[in-house]
Amino acid sequence: MILPLTIGVLVTAGVYLLTRRSMVRAVFGIGLLSHAANLLILTAGVTSFREEPIAGRVDPALAADPLPQAFVLTAIVITLAVMVLMLTMAVIGHDDDLRRAPEVGETPDS
Amino acid sequence: MIVLLVAHLVAALIAPVLVARLGRVAFAWLALAPAAAAGWAAIRTPEVLAGAAPTELLTWVPSIGLELAFRLDVLSWLLTLVAGAIGALVLVYCAAYFEEDEPGLGRFAACLVGFAGAMLGLVTSDDLLVLYLFWEATTVLSYLLIGHRPQSRSSRSAATQALVVTTFGGLAMLGGLIVVGQRVGTYRLSEVVATFAAAPIAPGDTLLVTAVVLVLLGAVSKSALVPFHFWLPAAMAAPTPVSAYLHAAAMVKAGIYLVARLAPAFADVPAWRWCVLVLGGATMLLGAYRSLRQHDLKLLLAYGTVSQLGFLVVLTGTGTPDAALAGVALLLAHAMFKACLFLVVGVMDHATSTRDLRELNGLRASMPVLAVTAAVAAASMAGLPPTLGFVAKEAALAAYARADAADLATLAVLVVGSMLTFAYSARFVWGAFWDGPARNAEPTHVHAPGAVLVGVPAVLAAASLLAPLAAGPIDTALLGYAGVFGEPHEHLALWHGLTPALGLSVLTWLVGSALFAGRAGLERAQDRVPEVPAAEDVYRRIMRGLDRVSLEVTGASQRGSLPLTLGAILVVFVALPGGVLVATAPWGELSLRWADSAAQVGVAIVTVIAAVAAVRARRRFRAIYLVGVTGYASAMIFLLFGAPDLALTQVLVETVSVVLFILVLRRLPGRFDDEGSRGARAMRVGFGVAVGAVAAALAVVVPQARTAAPASDGMAELAVDYGGGENIVNVILVDIRAWDTMGELSVVLAAATGVASLVFLHRDNVARADRRVREMRARRRRALGRGHRPADGTDGTGGRTWLVGHEVHGSGRHSTMFEVVTRMIFHVVMTWSLFLLFAGHNNPGGGFAAGLVAGLALVVRYLAGGRVELRSAMPVAPRTLLGLGLFLSAGNALASMIASGDPLQTWIFDVPVPLIGKVHVVTSLAFDVGVYLVVIGLMLDVLRSLGSSLDRQIEDEEHRRAPSAPQPVGGRP
Repeated sequence: MILPLTIGVLVTAGVYLLTRRSMVRAVFGIGLLSHAANLLILTAGVTSFREEPIAGRVDPALAADPLPQAFVLTAIVITLAVMVLMLTMAVIGHDDDLRRAPEVGETPDS
Repeated sequence: MIVLLVAHLVAALIAPVLVARLGRVAFAWLALAPAAAAGWAAIRTPEVLAGAAPTELLTWVPSIGLELAFRLDVLSWLLTLVAGAIGALVLVYCAAYFEEDEPGLGRFAACLVGFAGAMLGLVTSDDLLVLYLFWEATTVLSYLLIGHRPQSRSSRSAATQALVVTTFGGLAMLGGLIVVGQRVGTYRLSEVVATFAAAPIAPGDTLLVTAVVLVLLGAVSKSALVPFHFWLPAAMAAPTPVSAYLHAAAMVKAGIYLVARLAPAFADVPAWRWCVLVLGGATMLLGAYRSLRQHDLKLLLAYGTVSQLGFLVVLTGTGTPDAALAGVALLLAHAMFKACLFLVVGVMDHATSTRDLRELNGLRASMPVLAVTAAVAAASMAGLPPTLGFVAKEAALAAYARADAADLATLAVLVVGSMLTFAYSARFVWGAFWDGPARNAEPTHVHAPGAVLVGVPAVLAAASLLAPLAAGPIDTALLGYAGVFGEPHEHLALWHGLTPALGLSVLTWLVGSALFAGRAGLERAQDRVPEVPAAEDVYRRIMRGLDRVSLEVTGASQRGSLPLTLGAILVVFVALPGGVLVATAPWGELSLRWADSAAQVGVAIVTVIAAVAAVRARRRFRAIYLVGVTGYASAMIFLLFGAPDLALTQVLVETVSVVLFILVLRRLPGRFDDEGSRGARAMRVGFGVAVGAVAAALAVVVPQARTAAPASDGMAELAVDYGGGENIVNVILVDIRAWDTMGELSVVLAAATGVASLVFLHRDNVARADRRVREMRARRRRALGRGHRPADGTDGTGGRTWLVGHEVHGSGRHSTMFEVVTRMIFHVVMTWSLFLLFAGHNNPGGGFAAGLVAGLALVVRYLAGGRVELRSAMPVAPRTLLGLGLFLSAGNALASMIASGDPLQTWIFDVPVPLIGKVHVVTSLAFDVGVYLVVIGLMLDVLRSLGSSLDRQIEDEEHRRAPSAPQPVGGRP
């Protein structure tokens, strides 16, 4: 139950950030959503704590399902690539994040 | 057959080069390919006629029963001869027809030869699906050939029209073929036909009857039958050799071929019979009627072709031995005379620059050979003795001269159609060569055509004339096909005696002559008849409607608003999976367990708090580290789940992300704007909670909903035995599901390239960056040559520093402590990354993690020494790494295939190495190295873009703000 709850909170936060106007917040949102998705894929494979899926060292009956792990590993790296692309757009697209003058106390930059 | 197909493919591939080198003469060389096909079929003649159809078989995709099966029975033999011989002749003709400076000639030659190959494949294929592939290949090549002059609007629209109409039919046909193939249990064409010939379809078998009609739809659209006839006259926008080959001799015959091929199986199906007779008959009459009023010779012939195709479909589809025999004979005759006539028109067009028979006058005197050629071919078309056309038409009329009501009705249609055919044939020859209206009495000026242009049609006309002399052997040969239906009553011959068929022929000539004599009045009468809504208008209206619908659907669904698009996705997520969950999940039976361990609870609480705080954070920096905390926390959860690989990768990725966020943050204000009203915020929260609730519910239900055994069962053994590694996750990535990884690498590559193109924007900037990388390499080489380590900073400055980037980093920005630490740990970290790479097959690690570690080492170098330091650490362009990485992965797949294994199969070697002992080498390591390089490439690209490039922008801005300040030394990224 604790994991589904965590996933729920992460998704809620992610969706909230994603629907904001600011690109950087959208990237944060994508980050949170991807954590949630990764956990969801992983829980779909294993319901509880299992041993590392390393052949020969762990009893196969106790080892965790390696397939969702492989999926998630791929997903982590793709998320990084996507976030990098979105961040680049956040920097070169000067419209949303730089639109208004920052308040006093922050480094003015535009 | 396969060798010949490959030869055509090769010829098509080298055609552009040949044309560029040799000019139009190249066509003559390319003619060798179809000539070889015809020659090969000719050599196989005794074998084929003896009934032993040569076959070839190559298994392609056995899982869906797809085989490259080819078979040369009599029908295929006939069409191979026709398509090959006429193809070769047309290509030779092309060598004289086109001007040397014709634009796009190389592409044209490639398409034409490719078409000959596709046609060969179509008529020899013995597999329904392969036949369909070649069928569509001819469609696409026809599209390219009709659109040979893409700058002309009419050419483009004609090409599109032909493509849309024939592809529509082709798709319908595919549906029908699949139903038929699934029903019989094989896609082997000969077996399917044999099955249905032995056990005809029951009348009540609606599915199969529908399938047959669908297949017929493909043939009807390909052979330009009513109501799809309109694409063929429009396709006359193509150059004349294309019209002669594709739209008279070969491609439009594909439909006839299919009908002839399937008639033994389906001719008894009433739906088939009605379609064939009604559509064929209507087409024959409509085409001939329209042909009578055309002034453009090419259009006249095109409508004539439509008419003859209708005739052919009636004959080949009827399913009696006599009709079948007449059908294949007429197919042969038509290919000869119609290709010949088109080529004649091409010559006239070439010589006089017009095809309008009102403008052409007295060409008989200036081009006598051409006139005789045309007259002979037209005689064959009109069914005058002693041509092959006469022989075929006699056989056709005889085939229906029985007392059956349906037969008599068909006969009446055929006779009327033949009368019209006679009339337009006469009109063609008369109008082009003998006479023209009096008001333009001057003979048309002619510039003499060459021997090849006149010779090629003359050969075809001579064939029409000489073939009846061999009527006996031809009859024997074609009986190999027609004999399937039974023993025919009549045989092909010039003289049968005074038969009813001969009487009908004489009647045809008489009425035809009368129609020709009264052609002026007939034309006027045709003009007075109001235009009925033509099929072409219906087509246009449908296409316009489709355009409109697609425009409106797109306009309505894609409004360009991000909130709306996101909202749609999220609503669908909540409604569909959420709805299904509420409706079907066994809520009462779920076992709810709170947690697996105390550690899990602790980590989960941290995650939740960090996520909520990240949402509420106003300062960007705070948000960054809170999001980072959620990432590290999920790495913890991974570890608790028994996923050390994931935990390792997640920690590394999170670290990289935090660094990148901070790099980007330099360009952004420190605080977020607080936008949006209270209502909008409430809506976002509502959305978030709804989506989150569905996700949480999924997480509860899904793990308990498993009904099948996990797909990963047995993967542990597979990993060790076939993958040669013990870390199953890694073996899955590099071997078992390596294709997925390959796709992922492509995504990473695309993202890295996207980032670089967004930042560099212009090729000049990329060139500048490349130059700096080269300079850095040269400096390193010089330094190494002098015996100094470049990182000692001795190059140029003389002083010793810890890092190269030191002197350019601007005063007050560098920290000696950081530089020293960087200097000391960089190589250690790189070594560790190599260790992870090599150990990954058996222990946690692997290419992803190793690449990220190496990337982090680069990050450290960059942070300590700036962009010059980054170049010094890795003096290569990121795209080199990315390309090399993908090449290694794909090359691994290829190498394995070359070694006759499956793509991406792992090969395990135990190599004895002196002193060390046996070393376990697996080829998938090369794949993992590819992954490693791609990830490093991504990191380098990102550092260069978000790091170095932003540095430069910031420095530029500072420089602008304080022009007196000293400009930073050193290059730009």
